[in-house]
Amino acid sequence: MTPTGTSAPRTAPPGVEQPGAHPMLPAPYRVRSRRPDRADTVTLALEPVRGECPPFLPGQFTMLYAPAVGEIPISISGHARGGGYVQTVRAVGAVSRALCRTGAGQIIGVRGPYGTAFDLRAAAGLDVVVAAGGLGLAPLRPVIRELAAHGSRYGRISLIVGTRTPATLLYPRELARWSRDFDVLITVDHPDRAWKGPVGLITGLVDRIVFDPRRTCAFVCGPEVMMRATAAELVRRGVPAGRVALSLERNMKCGVGRCGHCQLGPLFTCLDGPVLTYDRVAALLEVREL
Amino acid sequence: MDRVVLDSLEPLIAVLTGMGYTVAGPTVRDGVIRFAEISSAADLPAGWTDEQNAGRYRLRRAAGPEATGSQDRLETGDASAGDGEQVFGYAASPDSAKRYTHPPRTTLFRLRDGVPEEAGREAPPIALLGVRPCDLAALAVQDRVFLGGRYPDPAYRARREALLLIAVDCATPGGTCFCASMGTGPTAVSGFDVALTELTGPHRFVAAAGSPRGAGLLAALPTRPATAADLEAAEEVGRTARTRMGRRVELDGLKERVAEAHDSPIWNETASRCLSCANCTMVCPTCFCTTVEDGADLADGTAARAERWDSCFTLGFSELGGAPVRGSGAARYRQWLTHKFSTWVDQFGGYGCVGCGRCITWCPTGIDITEELERL
Ligand SMILES: Cc1cc2nc3c(=O)[nH]c(=O)nc-3n(C[C@H](O)[C@H](O)[C@H](O)COP(=O)(O)OP(=O)(O)OC[C@H]3O[C@@H](n4cnc5c(N)ncnc54)[C@H](O)[C@@H]3O)c2cc1C
Ligand code: SF4
Ligand code: SF4
Ligand code: FES
Repeated sequence: MTPTGTSAPRTAPPGVEQPGAHPMLPAPYRVRSRRPDRADTVTLALEPVRGECPPFLPGQFTMLYAPAVGEIPISISGHARGGGYVQTVRAVGAVSRALCRTGAGQIIGVRGPYGTAFDLRAAAGLDVVVAAGGLGLAPLRPVIRELAAHGSRYGRISLIVGTRTPATLLYPRELARWSRDFDVLITVDHPDRAWKGPVGLITGLVDRIVFDPRRTCAFVCGPEVMMRATAAELVRRGVPAGRVALSLERNMKCGVGRCGHCQLGPLFTCLDGPVLTYDRVAALLEVREL
Repeated sequence: MDRVVLDSLEPLIAVLTGMGYTVAGPTVRDGVIRFAEISSAADLPAGWTDEQNAGRYRLRRAAGPEATGSQDRLETGDASAGDGEQVFGYAASPDSAKRYTHPPRTTLFRLRDGVPEEAGREAPPIALLGVRPCDLAALAVQDRVFLGGRYPDPAYRARREALLLIAVDCATPGGTCFCASMGTGPTAVSGFDVALTELTGPHRFVAAAGSPRGAGLLAALPTRPATAADLEAAEEVGRTARTRMGRRVELDGLKERVAEAHDSPIWNETASRCLSCANCTMVCPTCFCTTVEDGADLADGTAARAERWDSCFTLGFSELGGAPVRGSGAARYRQWLTHKFSTWVDQFGGYGCVGCGRCITWCPTGIDITEELERL
């Protein structure tokens, strides 16, 4: 049967033009410089091949794509000179290894920045405790730089850092510089012969710094056990849980709320996090294997 | 719009084809109903119905006991049957519209001179005939996931808009159906271009338009106004279907009950029967989770990145620093059930389940979410 003399449109809608960038399409960025940090860690300065890179807030991350290998979430550690991102990557698996191998001049893919940020405005006028475990110092670096640049906006500032050994300490030169601006305490799990500082868990450093708990804001990043212990200790000391910000880590395949991998109960870690206050996540982190 | 009566689907299929649509409809394939391209109403599964229960799906002839020879027809896929037999006399099939809007695998981009270049977005126009009300509800859920947030997906939007939806009310819900208790069926209310109610004695369809596109389509077809008797017969289809739901879920207080059940002993007990095969998430019309794959594009060997369905039942899904967060089967089963009936509401403002029953039917060990919810 052939339709004749119908009033129906003759053709189906041809793929309607859909505006807007695809959220899963990385933009090409050039590696401007590559600086090995520790044995397994490299800091890359990235600049967009075309146009400008979107602004970021401290605590946000990008999805870095190693061509033909894969894509992983990496925090932004700072602005690159001339416009771009500084990002520190530790080689732990296929994608991070490929990124660490990327040399100056090479092209990689970048999406983002994504996620929530450490809210520095909330810290204005308050004492600030920054607690970093291991590579957790990377996302906290822009926070610390802001604190160092505008110290007068805040109360007493303390930075406590935990690392496995003195040799695995990240950004040692900057830590030395920051220690001129505020209290910087570093503890190691395994000291070497030259180490004269504290040894043991980072929670042990909370007793050694000065802050007025009721008037304190804390920014915490590191392995989940370290963050839970530190947050619990700060809250026990009287810091309101709503002023203790953690940066959570979950498997992420998209960064934009569509792959489902990063769910933590009702939260999408990529959209609702990674930075979340302890009052919102304490109960969720208590549930095993959530 | 006033409802009209269509005596045959042949003109509908012909007009859609003439308009440039590929028409996909239910067909009998490999012993199940599957969406496939059709060119005539004779391709539809006339006279077939299904039996569904936990872990069980079986196609059979609708009229009386299984007629001799029907098994042959099942296997050869000869689905055509005599006049007057229902062509939509079965419940949800393993396929849903998700296959068209959120395909199992899509290419995201290819590398050209080392730079990611988006794969084409244009979607071919497809008319999907025989979409069930539960699946219309599932599309609305998917829309919220892929279009409702801060990062809408233009490729999904293109596929979605290229899809013309011809819904068919359910007349014979299956043993695992519970759309009535989820408020998503058995009658199509919105989200379609055209909705049909199939009537027998004589065989005909009451049709309603749900969009300007649907109205244009109906106007192009030989129809007659529906009589009061036609409309009453169509109402009766919905009323009867409602009473034939094989399962039900009590929604009152459900979201909270599930959210508070972290430590329930049922997770371990259910996990002892669960194979973590991911069948439930694959057949589910609302599950949206994906992972990405990097490899060479089959077409020309350039590096390409694809997105494909994934499931929270796999260990790799929650992998973090070398170990899965949800290492136990109990935690993975809890994630699935809790997401569907509790956290989905937090995330998207509604349930992640539309009551199609597929996950119950296609679970190899017959785990039944409605039963699990009752035990919580
Ligand atoms: C918000 C956020 C910020 C991060 N910032 C940094 C950073 O600044 N520097 C840094 O070195 N690392 C960071 N990580 C961790 C980093 O993403 C993982 O080390 C990386 O995904 C490992 O991938 P891989 O393929 O090299 O390793 P594999 O162990 O082979 O991982 C396989 C896959 O599992 C997933 N995966 C495994 N571990 C993690 C993890 N810890 N987090 C998320 N996904 C994981 C990824 O999809 C990965 O591709 C961050 C993670 C998150 C969630
Ligand atoms: S959870 Fe089961 S019943 Fe609900 S929509 Fe998914 S497959 Fe259908
Ligand atoms: S139930 Fe599992 S696979 Fe389905 S949407 Fe939720 S997390 Fe994803
Ligand atoms: S990373 Fe994909 S949903 Fe959050």
